Amino acid sequence: MNFTPPAIDYFALSPMIVIFAAAIVSVLVEAFAPRTIRRFLQLLIVFGALLTSAVLIVLNAGTRTVTGGGAVVIDGPALVMMGTIVVLSILGAALMAERSIDPVGDSFAARASSLPGSEDERQLTQRGYLQTEIWPLTLFAVLGMLLFVTANNLLLMFVALEIISLPLYLMTGMARRRRLLSQEASLKYFLLGVFASAFYLYGAALVYGYSGSIFFPEIAQSLTSKPSESIVVFIGMGMLIIGPLFKIGAVPFHQWVPDVYQGAPTAVVGFMAATVKVAAFGALLRILYVAFGGVRWDWDPLIWIVAVASMILGSIVALLQTDIKRLLGYSWIAQAGFILVGLAAASPAGLESTMFYVIAYGFATVGTFAVISMVRDANGEATNLAAWAGIGRKSPLVASALSLFLLGLAGIPLTSGFVSKFAVFVAAIEAGATWLVIIGVIASLIAAFFYVRIVVIMFFAEPTEQTASVVVPSAFTTISLSAGVAVTLILGIFPQPVLDMLSNAGLFLR
Amino acid sequence: MNPANYILLSALLFSIGAIGVLVRRNAIIVFMSVELMLNSANLAFVAFARMNGNLDGQVVAFFVMVVAAAEVVVGLAIIVTIFRTRRSASIDEPNLLKY
Repeated sequence: MNFTPPAIDYFALSPMIVIFAAAIVSVLVEAFAPRTIRRFLQLLIVFGALLTSAVLIVLNAGTRTVTGGGAVVIDGPALVMMGTIVVLSILGAALMAERSIDPVGDSFAARASSLPGSEDERQLTQRGYLQTEIWPLTLFAVLGMLLFVTANNLLLMFVALEIISLPLYLMTGMARRRRLLSQEASLKYFLLGVFASAFYLYGAALVYGYSGSIFFPEIAQSLTSKPSESIVVFIGMGMLIIGPLFKIGAVPFHQWVPDVYQGAPTAVVGFMAATVKVAAFGALLRILYVAFGGVRWDWDPLIWIVAVASMILGSIVALLQTDIKRLLGYSWIAQAGFILVGLAAASPAGLESTMFYVIAYGFATVGTFAVISMVRDANGEATNLAAWAGIGRKSPLVASALSLFLLGLAGIPLTSGFVSKFAVFVAAIEAGATWLVIIGVIASLIAAFFYVRIVVIMFFAEPTEQTASVVVPSAFTTISLSAGVAVTLILGIFPQPVLDMLSNAGLFLR
Repeated sequence: MNPANYILLSALLFSIGAIGVLVRRNAIIVFMSVELMLNSANLAFVAFARMNGNLDGQVVAFFVMVVAAAEVVVGLAIIVTIFRTRRSASIDEPNLLKY
């Protein structure tokens, strides 16, 4: 038996190879480099790799190829998603690198294994130990996301899903303060996450059993060429999309979202909220548009139900929240619903508007969490809304930046959120789902209420004794925050260049 | 033997695993139930590979085993950390995050 090795286009894969190599070097640095220079080396590796990867993605702009034995596809939408993920990761990593906000160090536990409240932990903190294990984990998570949006078969998509998830479970549990909350969030995220992955995998087995192939184009072919459609493949498809829907945080797979938002270190939330959403929508789009594009009418109702449930539940429950991180968690659920409205259109416009939405959402989210990490009182971050009363009078600049992001998420004109909401709703109307758009508009109104409520609390409430203060950050957080402000404004006022880029990116390669 | 029986067996194992996740309260048992679900998917993949007459399913099974091993490492690390903090592996006890 002859074995022909698959042809691999190394240049097309170079953005991922760089990240992977850097992640491995980063693990070695963690093992062998002396403690004093470890942080410096890690930052060098992480930012170097992410920037190199971003440049390679730009150089690959015209690449449209299927490589690695058909397992990886580099096409227009994939490149857009990869670029977005890498840029957002740079901003998210900058939040994690921040160490001048917290007086005792960065936002991660000095050693994740030390018991909360123990003598051990106190001594490590006193000696100023900083943990650098977060950096290799970040790089592996980024690698997983890049693979997730380019995977062209069920196996690679599963492996990528796990490469994203496993580091994120750990990063969730590493907060320096409120460690019990952080560890609890980590446990819940882990148990629910692996449960969802198991559903994905069994669904993949059923789809494979029906179509005889794990490759998306061949699955699509078998759906159109086989004489009778089998119930097995639809059960399989339903279980399959649970994997990405869980990562998106859509109802009914949303329970982990508020817990993780509240418990995880704020910098990590900023990183994962922005990037994972891009990656998960990339994967969901590819599954539904490429593998199951031919049976659109069979999965559309499913997405409608999930979208409506997410929009309504996320918006209404967010009204009742008093913790700003938890509130944003519920707002993520509502936003997932809005994006699914665009995705359900199953058209080129649906693809473009979904991509535009996740880009706009990602930058606004990174900026939001940059601000949240800066608002502090004696016990660390002040996440209770009562502590935010009158912040706008004490620090008008930072409060205005946060207001811009929140109005952006609410979809007020002249921000990126308005253009993105408009785009997904137009795509849905063109596809004939006007009723879905009406529900979407009502949910946006409810959502606007709680976003605006935070703005009102910041600017129109009198400062009290509880009011937290805004800490001046180092260049890292400032850069993330400024980038968030710039992109939110630019996408709101001149969205055309980005819209043109998205329509030039074209469709998925089949 | 008819390979379809293996599919039925795998569906049965998957259901047992899913019910285990939903009703058991010890984090270790919940975790074992998830592993059972992953392995039932493996069984389905291998049986389907036999029925379809190609090797893709068997390749998937190998990768899933590796991923499951990595998952055990991460999962046990998290569960042990929680256990050391709270002296209990019950998933009902960590309840600071709610509503």
